[in-house]
Amino acid sequence: MMRGKVWKFGDDVSTDLICPGRYYHLRSNLSELAKHALEDADPEFAANVEKGDFVVAGRNFGLGSSREHAPVIIKLAGAGAVLAESFARIFYRNCINVGLPAIECDTSKFEAGDEIDIDLAAGIIRDLTNGATVTFAPLEPAMQKILDDGGLVEHIKKHQGFSIA
Amino acid sequence: MGLTLAEKILSNNLGSEVRPGDFAVFRTDLCLLQDGTGPLAVRQFRKIGFEKVFEPSAVVVFLDHAAPCPKSELANDHMLLREFARQTGCTLSDVGDGICHQVMSQYHTSPGDILIGADSHTVTGGALAAFSTGMGSTDLAVGMGLGKTWLRVPATIRVQCTGALQRGVYSKDLMLSIISQIGADGATYKALEFGGDTIESLTMASRLVLSNMAVEAGAKVGLIASDSLTEKYLEEHARTDQYKRIAPDDDASYESVLDIDSAALEPQVACPHTVDNVKPVGEVSGTRVHQVFIGSCTNGRLEDIAIAASIMREKTRHPDTRVIVTPASRRVYMEAVESGYVDTLLRAGALFMPPGCAACPGVHGGILGDGEVCLATTNRNFLGRMGNPKSHVYLSSPATAAASAVTGVITDPREVV
Repeated sequence: MMRGKVWKFGDDVSTDLICPGRYYHLRSNLSELAKHALEDADPEFAANVEKGDFVVAGRNFGLGSSREHAPVIIKLAGAGAVLAESFARIFYRNCINVGLPAIECDTSKFEAGDEIDIDLAAGIIRDLTNGATVTFAPLEPAMQKILDDGGLVEHIKKHQGFSIA
Repeated sequence: MGLTLAEKILSNNLGSEVRPGDFAVFRTDLCLLQDGTGPLAVRQFRKIGFEKVFEPSAVVVFLDHAAPCPKSELANDHMLLREFARQTGCTLSDVGDGICHQVMSQYHTSPGDILIGADSHTVTGGALAAFSTGMGSTDLAVGMGLGKTWLRVPATIRVQCTGALQRGVYSKDLMLSIISQIGADGATYKALEFGGDTIESLTMASRLVLSNMAVEAGAKVGLIASDSLTEKYLEEHARTDQYKRIAPDDDASYESVLDIDSAALEPQVACPHTVDNVKPVGEVSGTRVHQVFIGSCTNGRLEDIAIAASIMREKTRHPDTRVIVTPASRRVYMEAVESGYVDTLLRAGALFMPPGCAACPGVHGGILGDGEVCLATTNRNFLGRMGNPKSHVYLSSPATAAASAVTGVITDPREVV
């Protein structure tokens, strides 16, 4: 069970807003880059997010570039999961690969600052502030396995190759 | 039931038939890294414990996004990638050689290949009938080490384009119109397959524009069947033996079909700050432009530079509008020099950046000031994309960009061509 506070974002939050190109030179310095996570979507986020908080967004979160740095710095900044109405494909795949849960669900009931808890296995999110409950479909088994192993690096190390069949 | 182009390429790779929704591990024929995503991929590669790439000739490392380097940190990243290429024996495409997707199309990508790239515009290779798709650094680390990747077989949206494009209207206008109809996430997890007589009569340079921007509708791939034109393109790049005819079956099953009347199309402009915010040029004409950028993996090819040169010939840029032109590759640059296009554009007041991504990703080479407007032939106009979240990026064809460079405001190219 994960529990934390909601940081609310809108639709079409691009990887340029999550990980701006002007910090390109920090890509080999991830802890420094993480200080700018989501900076152009909410300049307050990186400095104030607490460990275990959640990024909660609208449609098409993470559209644009393939930069894996985007989910990496959201995770390094402290977020425990990303929830969105829908995700852009590469961002979603990158989340699984870096071990950051990406949950596709109805996010309209969650407001900024709400306390929520998430039961990943059961597919249930409860908003402890307003009492709302939202369910979500489990991940595809192949992706769940990679996530369970802690991401793709650990998955490959553990199984000496892919083991998702 | 027959197979779409995506299903056909994936089934051939696996040696057994796959259908949308199937998960499988596929052989990767080619892997691409660039300087923004490559250093992380190399670190992940080493973290897994790989020492060798599965096939050195199948891995290409590009230094194109920050080339030449604007900062020491990036120069150090370049050193890391050069050392990796030396150590593993894979191909290095160094600073000034060009943008990964252009160079891959010229010298590496072949029909039927599965190409994975740590760059979202890897979809460009779909114009050569390759299942060419973008992924993250860790996926590439594994792809390079094992020669394998996992994929979910996508459902296909067929984009059926009929009729000839009118004078002043190009494949960029066609693609912006398609994206506005599908929406920025309308093809997420899906394959786009472009066909119809409009597509058959397009040059390879123009086809590459369509595939390149498939990701702007969320698509995993943007495929075009290979044909005699594909064969000719490979021949021009000394790769005749790599041609294969790959086409969808006549009875292929599509999730949906989008019919486009190409002949009715006008020049289009994508307005800030999403690529699907598209308007006919007339609705935004007169908008003041501070910078025109002609280049990128979308529209930095010889054909694009030729169009710009023909429009700007014996004219000069508007005094308040700077014009940056960036050939997509060394070969494109050399051909543009030989054809006299570079001379024409220099005389018209344009400046040239070395082959690479230049101003497009906001790293260097044309960052905008607060409140400034750029009309770019690139593929993304997200807030902050070109380095400043207080600036505004519009996207258009090279013809619209060149016409606007002369007038200083967004201009319908049909007024000048």
